Amino acid sequence: MSWFGFARFFQSYAVLVMIVLLMAALSFMSDSFLTFRNLLNILNQNTPLAIMAAAMTLVIIAGGFDLSVGSIFAMGAVCSAWIALHVDPYLGLFMAPVIGLVLGIINGFAITLLNVHSFLATIATSLIFKGIAIVISDGRLIPVRMDEFTWLGRGKIGGAFISVWVMIAFALVLSLVLTRTTFGRRVLSVGGNEEAAILSGIRTNRIKIATFAIAGLAAGLASAIAASRISLGQASAGTGMELQAIAAVILGGTSIYGGVGAVWRSVAGVFLLALINNGFNILNADPFYRDLTTGLIILAAIGISASGRR
Amino acid sequence: MTLATDDGVAIRAEGIGVSFGGVPVLSDVTLEILPGEIHGLIGENGAGKSTLGKVFGGYYQASTGSLRIFGEDIPKWDPPTALANGVAMMHQELQLVPALTVAQNVYLGLEHQSWSILHRDEAGRLKKLMENSGFELDPNAVVGDLPIADQQKIEILRALARNAKVIVMDEPTSSLSKDEVDQLHKSMQTLRDEGRTVIYVSHFLDDILAVTDRVTALRDGRFVKTSTTSDESRSSLVSAMLGGGKMETPFPAKMRPAATTPVLEVEDLRSATGVKGATLLIGKGEIVGLIGLVGSGRSEIARAVIGADPAISGEVRLNGVPYADRTLAKSAEHGLVMVPEDRRRQGLVMTMAVRANMMLPHLDQFSSVGMVKTAEEKSRTRELIDHLRIRPAAVDGNVSKFSGGNQQKVLFGKWLVEHPAIVILDEPSRGVDVGARERIHEAIAELAAAGAAILLISSEIDEVLGLAHRCYLVDRGRTVEEISPEDHTEASILSALFQHQAAVNTEMTS
Repeated sequence: MSWFGFARFFQSYAVLVMIVLLMAALSFMSDSFLTFRNLLNILNQNTPLAIMAAAMTLVIIAGGFDLSVGSIFAMGAVCSAWIALHVDPYLGLFMAPVIGLVLGIINGFAITLLNVHSFLATIATSLIFKGIAIVISDGRLIPVRMDEFTWLGRGKIGGAFISVWVMIAFALVLSLVLTRTTFGRRVLSVGGNEEAAILSGIRTNRIKIATFAIAGLAAGLASAIAASRISLGQASAGTGMELQAIAAVILGGTSIYGGVGAVWRSVAGVFLLALINNGFNILNADPFYRDLTTGLIILAAIGISASGRR
Repeated sequence: MTLATDDGVAIRAEGIGVSFGGVPVLSDVTLEILPGEIHGLIGENGAGKSTLGKVFGGYYQASTGSLRIFGEDIPKWDPPTALANGVAMMHQELQLVPALTVAQNVYLGLEHQSWSILHRDEAGRLKKLMENSGFELDPNAVVGDLPIADQQKIEILRALARNAKVIVMDEPTSSLSKDEVDQLHKSMQTLRDEGRTVIYVSHFLDDILAVTDRVTALRDGRFVKTSTTSDESRSSLVSAMLGGGKMETPFPAKMRPAATTPVLEVEDLRSATGVKGATLLIGKGEIVGLIGLVGSGRSEIARAVIGADPAISGEVRLNGVPYADRTLAKSAEHGLVMVPEDRRRQGLVMTMAVRANMMLPHLDQFSSVGMVKTAEEKSRTRELIDHLRIRPAAVDGNVSKFSGGNQQKVLFGKWLVEHPAIVILDEPSRGVDVGARERIHEAIAELAAAGAAILLISSEIDEVLGLAHRCYLVDRGRTVEEISPEDHTEASILSALFQHQAAVNTEMTS
């Protein structure tokens, strides 16, 4: 393999290499790491973030950024808990993704109609969504202690949590959408060269709106799982998750300039971040160094990704 | 090895070799550039002429060989060092700051300042510089608002402001109109008369013959010869570039289309983008050219016809049926497509493979229920690769690594996928090598012979005359005259265009 081929390979699979190295190191350092229970726990805890990162990948590939998914998550959590409590628990779980979808579509229209960068538009909508979530919840926690509500986050099928299966299915579908469908091809072209896409007859605004709609839907779905698991809806849920999701996408080697990326690598990015966290826990390492370590690893991943670009 | 002193040599290149990713681009190139000469570098695309220019400018490092600059060995040769030693580079893709003014760009990094506070005297300094160089620009104009031709002048002024002794110009004329080229040539001569050296990288042989003192030909990354330009002719240079005494390629024979009803009719089309009355028609199997100077609105007419820009008034008819509210998607459904002029910016998605690029406008036809039909895509892409002789012949090849000529073929192929009825070609052979140009010309003729109506736009007048059955002259957004290519030469077309310009000017003053 030529040097260039190697750089290319490493850029694509860096996140897997890092996961394998970290897992090897952690299994060596602690007996409690490589247990089915611990690994399943890591998986389960991170399903909401993985779902959001998978969808964020499409947004970033199409050349956008969605800083509002944390607030959509808060809206989803509050609304699903409120509906579960006052109307029906199943409807509550169902409405979270629907509300997320609607908010995502609002994001898409805000960006394309005002013709502003998604970074700016979603900062604004993020505050609006968060504000509405605070108003709905009246600033209080909304506890929902009903089995009809908590099955999604706590129930298991075939030894693994239902939510994990949901996450795997969601990531697989998005992966197929990106690589096998005309929509996925169009997403790649919008991020790769918007003008060429327009001149190819692609309605690029529709594609952008769709990516934000998917990101909203994912945040809503993620919030339903999280609220169900802790049997609680609160407006402070999801704070900072938009940045974690973006970090995971970048860790996965998706270009922040758009046009290039893969869904599975973003999901892998989520688990790399989760492993670092888990490592600090099971090794009883000083948690003061956790952010520092995570930051350094993200920086290294960005460096690798940038070195492969000319 | 040279032991002699380099008296009287500006740049001596000894055995220069450059390779990218293990592929040699230049090997063992040895030549001398003399002070006070205009030295042409010619070769097909991919022959290494631009690469050699960039080695001189410090942008590429030679992996073998050495450079001596005015008799000095300089171990580390990068753009700042080159500039410090009097070698400036003018890039094909201009490197200016669009938000700053002309003067601020020219003196970027050279501002007069005290304690980091700018004196803001760049405009005055630039005026003095322009008086000596024959360039005229508004020093306070914002660069982003200026046409490419003016931006190029800024690049030259920037080199002059740095008191460059050697200026490397990489394909400087590719987006200039004829009189702008003449002006650039005059500036080159002025530079030479001041004792400066100009290295002129170009694939326009007439330009090289017109202005250079000596010329070096490269072929496949190797030095062929350096000779005095006055001893050379177009055909001798072409054979040096191609090797084996191959003559300059003629245009494919024109097939007269049978007289038929027009496929595309445009009547008094106007747009906010500067189209001020375009009227033309194209029949089945006919190639119709649009000829005008740069800035005459040729591309804008095409964009308004196809629906890339909205029209204000006028009518477009397809097979006699009026076609209003045009959009690119609707045009594609009607088989009306456009190969845009700028393949990097408007044409190809460099992050996608050949197949994905070619299929981009045709995804609906190559899919079922939203799923891409990979096998059908691959076979159609393969057919077009063979048809246009795209190299490398890889269905999923990385277009960003292709040569300009092969990128252009991919872009052309992208619009042939569904056998279009009407094809607008905007600069179909800009910046491509002789071989690709020839294949593209053949493909255009074949397309017309198969019954497509073609609107051909090119700033190379001989290209339009060589391919088109009929031509319209365009001036300031209007079609002003219909001509027959057989009755005209490049020179007579130019004088006709200037006459139309002059006519408009007198109308305006009277």
